[in-house]
Amino acid sequence: MRVPDELLYTKEHEWVSVKGDIATIGITDYAQGSLGDITFVDLPKVGSVIEQFKRYATVESVKAASDVFAPVSGKIIKINEELTAHPELVNRSPYDEGYFAKVEMAGRKDISNLMPSAEYKKYVEGLA
Amino acid sequence: MNLGKTPLTDEHQRLGAKLAPFGGWLMPIQYSGIIAEHAWTRAEASVFDICHMGEFMIRADALKSGLDRIVTFDLTTLKIGGCRYGFMLNDAGGIMDDLVVYRIADSHWMVVVNAATIDSDEAHFRKHLSPGTDFKNVSSALGKLDLQGPRSLDALKAIVGPEATRLDYYTFGHFSVLGEQIIISRTGYTGELGYELYISADKVKELWDKLLTDARVKPAGLGARDTLRLEMSYPLYGQDLTTDTTPLEAGKSKFVNMKKEFIGKAALLNKSKPARNLINFTADSRRAPRHNYRIFSGSKDVGIVTSGSFSPSLLCGIGMGYADPICVSGSRIMLKASDIEIPATVTEGPFYKKGTAKL
Repeated sequence: MRVPDELLYTKEHEWVSVKGDIATIGITDYAQGSLGDITFVDLPKVGSVIEQFKRYATVESVKAASDVFAPVSGKIIKINEELTAHPELVNRSPYDEGYFAKVEMAGRKDISNLMPSAEYKKYVEGLA
Repeated sequence: MNLGKTPLTDEHQRLGAKLAPFGGWLMPIQYSGIIAEHAWTRAEASVFDICHMGEFMIRADALKSGLDRIVTFDLTTLKIGGCRYGFMLNDAGGIMDDLVVYRIADSHWMVVVNAATIDSDEAHFRKHLSPGTDFKNVSSALGKLDLQGPRSLDALKAIVGPEATRLDYYTFGHFSVLGEQIIISRTGYTGELGYELYISADKVKELWDKLLTDARVKPAGLGARDTLRLEMSYPLYGQDLTTDTTPLEAGKSKFVNMKKEFIGKAALLNKSKPARNLINFTADSRRAPRHNYRIFSGSKDVGIVTSGSFSPSLLCGIGMGYADPICVSGSRIMLKASDIEIPATVTEGPFYKKGTAKL
């Protein structure tokens, strides 16, 4: 299971990459592995406002539909359009080509609620 | 509840399968992934651990013992070496199980039943068979492996020889495998050419290993079994068929012989025009309808989804459910959950039309 050092994580298995005010968000390698083959991703429209730890997207695998929670608050400025036709990118490349969206963060304070990679790694190991 | 384990449960764990409860058993849901296993079954051959299912052996005359009255199809016309699919109903015409009967000899039958209903089926058989009938529940002594896919005959020939070729769809024979005479039928639940192999539980592991030494054969789990059967519009007992549904509602009257006597017949005669039908539907997108979503026609709630999934072959959502008879082939419907709306069209089954089962 991959947990890149430079990202921040939530207990619900979302990741965040922060560059200035812009956060790129997605679900972790652990999440995609637990879900199995991802067949559909429902993302909010560009311009919609999301709130940290509230549901903002749905991801479907062959077996089930699961809620995805926002790791940070802010405004969606871009969604990964590729996922419409190729949701399997989330399985293949959860931290890169399979990202979900880019968010203009409402502020920096949300970041203190996220886990650094070492802490997330430990958290996941504890779930096994 | 204590989950049942098959002779292969440890082996599935060793292979890295994801296991989950199904019908009271701890079963493999997937190994490499549901979509990959699905695709492999449609193109090559897969082996499924189906040891959880039940088998009854009955040595009796079908009519004198009352056996024929327990099932909705005619046993007297079933040839030796033939299999037949149908239902076991309660007095109200509700489906207690869907099952397959094998005629081994004139007065010797094997009945294959679903895992979750083994106990209730056994009780029903014992209640309705005439006293003293030779009935044995051999479910735990007998293992079952399903070999399914267009290359399954080649893989089977490698084990039993060219004799395998003689099996037609829905027939079976006895074959010598691992020093035992075992029943192999050309039947299955995937829509592909395939076989079901019944072997002593203590030899299942050896047969499983032998099948998997063939490069054409890979293990597949119940996840792929579910998407494969749904693409064929085969109902799943406990989900699409229950004691609250009749074969007529389920659109399965061809498996019910109204010219013979059977338990539940009187009730079926009283409800020959069902108030709801089991329909198939195809979603407009990849989004899959799920069990218990509501079916809407315009603003009207007209039914409920009983099975739904993403179809790996069609690359869109598919499903089945019970709906008001106003929903006919071509009708536009909306499948709804709390904040989900999936537009779909009612279609005729099967969804997947290139199956090799009957070739």
